[in-house]
Amino acid sequence: MRIHFDRDACQGHNRCGLVAPDLFDTDDEGYAVLLVEGEVPPELEDAARLAADNCPEFAITVED
Amino acid sequence: MGNDTDETDTAARDWATDFDHTDPAYAAAAPEIWDELRERCPVAHTDRFGGTWLPVRHADVSAIAHDTEHFTSRSVIVSDFRTDAPAPIGFAPPITSDPPFHEIARRILLPAFSPKAVRALEDATRTFCRELLDAIEAKVTAGEPIDAAVDYAQHIPVRVIAHMLGVPPTDGDRFRTFIHRILERPGQYAGTIAPEDTLFHYLSQVIAEHRREPNDDLIGFLLNAEIAGQALTDEHVGGTVALLLIAGIDTTWSAIGASLWHLAAHPEHLARLRAEPALLPTAVEELLRAYAPVTMARIVTQDVEVGGTTLHEGDWCLLPFPAANRDPEVFEQADEVVLDRARNRHAAFGLGIHRCIGSNLARMELTVALDEWVRRFDAMSLPDPEAVRWSTGQVRGPRTLPVTVGLAADSPRPTEEAQP
Repeated sequence: MRIHFDRDACQGHNRCGLVAPDLFDTDDEGYAVLLVEGEVPPELEDAARLAADNCPEFAITVED
Repeated sequence: MGNDTDETDTAARDWATDFDHTDPAYAAAAPEIWDELRERCPVAHTDRFGGTWLPVRHADVSAIAHDTEHFTSRSVIVSDFRTDAPAPIGFAPPITSDPPFHEIARRILLPAFSPKAVRALEDATRTFCRELLDAIEAKVTAGEPIDAAVDYAQHIPVRVIAHMLGVPPTDGDRFRTFIHRILERPGQYAGTIAPEDTLFHYLSQVIAEHRREPNDDLIGFLLNAEIAGQALTDEHVGGTVALLLIAGIDTTWSAIGASLWHLAAHPEHLARLRAEPALLPTAVEELLRAYAPVTMARIVTQDVEVGGTTLHEGDWCLLPFPAANRDPEVFEQADEVVLDRARNRHAAFGLGIHRCIGSNLARMELTVALDEWVRRFDAMSLPDPEAVRWSTGQVRGPRTLPVTVGLAADSPRPTEEAQP
């Protein structure tokens, strides 16, 4: 699974950081920071889907 | 214009062509009204306030929130008065600011409200909640009636924001008076209040005190902040503090109150939260979706089509995020509270560049407030559902919420009393 994060669309809702803390952190201003490079470790695939499905700004996409 | 309770004329009201969001009848039944309008309109209109639109579909609300070209945030509280705020700064930056100034004003504030900064306030918030619950427990023990909004919800954000700003928590009653005038009776107090009793005067005093005795609270931080090497003007600092007071209190108070109202009406949900504490973060998002308190507003800056309707320059447009959150096009079982809803793209904190800057703080306060409440009480009900009064205007939550509670046998004891 690959994950893509659109930093320009992120408005700092921090929903991803809450549902997928192993994939997303936040910077000092509260915007999301993706912690992996493109490829999602298998054990984090569910978390990646949750992050995508809870982003109010549609800033996160995953593809299997 | 707004109505007092005794002036409502709901009998002849058609919400599609003559809605009034300041009418207690609207406040009492807003979700049902949005559902009806979503079927019928989907963009409702009223001639009130000089012409105001009300989109209720998620797609329309989202499109407007993301469109800073056709809509300005110069004024975000619908009233009979169109303010001549200094564009693009507005009276309360950054909420009243448009690009490009908006981002400058917002970035000054963002670090103070980041998840990490908010985490540092959690212990103090928990202590505030426990103190309030101790007092409620004493009333319960004494057989006195309790009100979850008056005795609990309304105090929590006041204490937290006073703590952050560095103003006395005892100013809470004054904050609530300012908020009531501005949010629930917008424009109606103009010219009727003694100058020394205004929010403006209060803020001037507080800022002057902080200038005399600098410290490291949020007001101190704003007084030290700079834009391009220049200190912020007093108007900017005062406007931002006013924003934080107004936006940080009524809103969270409403979210806590509405969530408790829901739990009182749904004992199975209270029982589930007590049995599954790990569900709380997910449940909090669902309660935020279902009971999002805040409807924002914009002014149309150039004619634009929304949902098949043309909005005209100068019109007000309400942005009911809670209506977007109940759109069945986006949410399954949109009108039901599903505590373990895993996919929840709710817009309780808005969408686009004006996303609520206090969202992390509000989420923390709501989570802690509910956590402490459900630990303390294992039963809750509404002895008189008709006595629940919802606030009018753009922030919706219960202002009167009489409840009866059962003290949990395993409730955390506030203080160990010596046995006689």
